[in-house]
Amino acid sequence: MKKYTFTEKKDTRSGFGAGMHVLGQQNPNVVALCADLVGSLKLEPFIKENPERFIQCGISEANMIGVSAGLTIGGKIPFATTFANFATGRVYDQIRQSVAYSNKNVKICASHAGLTLGEDGATHQILEDIGMMKMLPGMTVINPCDYNQTKAATIAIADYEGPVYLRFGRPVIPIFTDPDQKFEIGKAWMVNEGTDVSIFATGHMVWEAIQAGEILEAEGINAEIINIHTIKPLDEEAILKSVEKTGCVVTAEEHNRIGGLGDSVAQVLVKNKLVPQEYVAVNDSFGESGTPAQLLEKYGLDAKHIVEAAKRAIARK
Amino acid sequence: MEIEQLEKVASQVRRDIVRMVHGCQSGHPGGSLGCTELLVALYFERMKLKENDGKVVFDMNGKDEDLFFLSNGHISPVWYSVLARKGYFPVSELATFRKLDSRLQGHPTTHEHLEGIRIASGSLGQGLSVALGAATAKKLNNDKGTVYVLMGDGEQQEGQVWEAATFAPHHQVDNLVAFIDLNGQQIDGPTVKVMNNRDLGAKYEAFGWEVINIEEGNDMAAVVKGLYEAKGRLGHGRPIMVLLHTGMGYGVDFMMGSHKWHGVAPNDEQLAAALAQLDETLGDY
Repeated sequence: MKKYTFTEKKDTRSGFGAGMHVLGQQNPNVVALCADLVGSLKLEPFIKENPERFIQCGISEANMIGVSAGLTIGGKIPFATTFANFATGRVYDQIRQSVAYSNKNVKICASHAGLTLGEDGATHQILEDIGMMKMLPGMTVINPCDYNQTKAATIAIADYEGPVYLRFGRPVIPIFTDPDQKFEIGKAWMVNEGTDVSIFATGHMVWEAIQAGEILEAEGINAEIINIHTIKPLDEEAILKSVEKTGCVVTAEEHNRIGGLGDSVAQVLVKNKLVPQEYVAVNDSFGESGTPAQLLEKYGLDAKHIVEAAKRAIARK
Repeated sequence: MEIEQLEKVASQVRRDIVRMVHGCQSGHPGGSLGCTELLVALYFERMKLKENDGKVVFDMNGKDEDLFFLSNGHISPVWYSVLARKGYFPVSELATFRKLDSRLQGHPTTHEHLEGIRIASGSLGQGLSVALGAATAKKLNNDKGTVYVLMGDGEQQEGQVWEAATFAPHHQVDNLVAFIDLNGQQIDGPTVKVMNNRDLGAKYEAFGWEVINIEEGNDMAAVVKGLYEAKGRLGHGRPIMVLLHTGMGYGVDFMMGSHKWHGVAPNDEQLAAALAQLDETLGDY
């Protein structure tokens, strides 16, 4: 098992803020919008240096999405930011009509996604956002795994023409990817090569998958771990190549098991190569208040559960 | 353009509207007929549009030109007709309205790359927000163009409209003119009965807008005068709201003043009766 060490833990939303800071200096067309959550989205450095390119929308997410769509007419690259729940579920129709169907170059950047938002509870812990966004024709869906990758993804999507949903979160997690990485949209990242089981993980679950890989290794199981940071378009080639080798799959995501990464992978498998697949995901329920670690354990998303899922998948081969 | 000339264009546009809706036996003639003067006056008189050798040219980003957004997208027939008559796409294409493989979808869309359309609309309440974004982009680009947006009065029942109404004065979007088509009708009946908007002018004033009334929204001279008045008030820190008092179905006697013709197509006999009231001035498609 390839060793992943870290010296620092940070939240992925801070990676977004750092990416925006860079974009503010590099790309004069980037405009940031926020619905009264500037601190939560870590936008202060961008706003400080580019006050004229920041648009405070107040607690009006629907309007923010529409204003963002309008800004693209005139060549601006709007980054519309708020919590994932308000960035997707609350404004689905606005995104559908004014952004996706209209093919506008809007970047919807959502923090506090998934259970690990923690104590705020289920009203804020959206677990359906990947599903909603990936169902929109033309929408790119990205869920990076740590601070460095979120920063790189933020910078990369500014150069991509078209609507993007970028999902990140609140908890501090280890920084284990390269600070100078180049983020390639739609290109899965090989975390660890293995032969016994393919673990396809996204977002915060990549670190849990790495920990699971170490536990499995101690038990003599050689797991291949792939970071699917882009859920749409999905890197089908990387998935099939891995499955050819391992013959079974675990998908891991901080999302409802219905409609997320697991279902996207299952579609690829059904069409191309039928192998056993186990889901590590929230089992069609809402979340609740608690610490991130408590919630990952209770809802079956931590490393221990990935290990169990891997063993089940292998047993079904 | 002289008022008389604009009226001739309007007459042809009205013929186009009823013929388009008749041709596919679906669509929304009522609001389209009511807003004919406004759209003709905007495109043929008021708006600064990008042209090349005297012909309009469509550019999605619309730099250095005036932009128009239709928020109540169901009145697409009037917009399609005006765009075609202005020269954005062939007039003959109007015959494809709402038919399979057409660029003239039931509600306007950018998806089929129809010249003149910059955003999809149809799901109500979104156009003002989009127009505000486009107007803000113009300011950021130091572009002196004006952004126009039309909404329905029934549409004022959507919550997003009031998010946008709050945003516009706060951010001093003063390069934007919004219109509300005050025809007093919506699908289920008179607006005062379905969901009373009460005094929209007072509401927008309270939100910080400058409000103008065009009392005779189907009188071309009054509409043109109102548009010049609106233009004159731009650039003073406040967005402009024009309350355009129109008659639903205006110009076709049996369609006028009732919600019945909101989304109903005329049959052959009704089409003939309608066309008999409207002069063919520019030639039917």
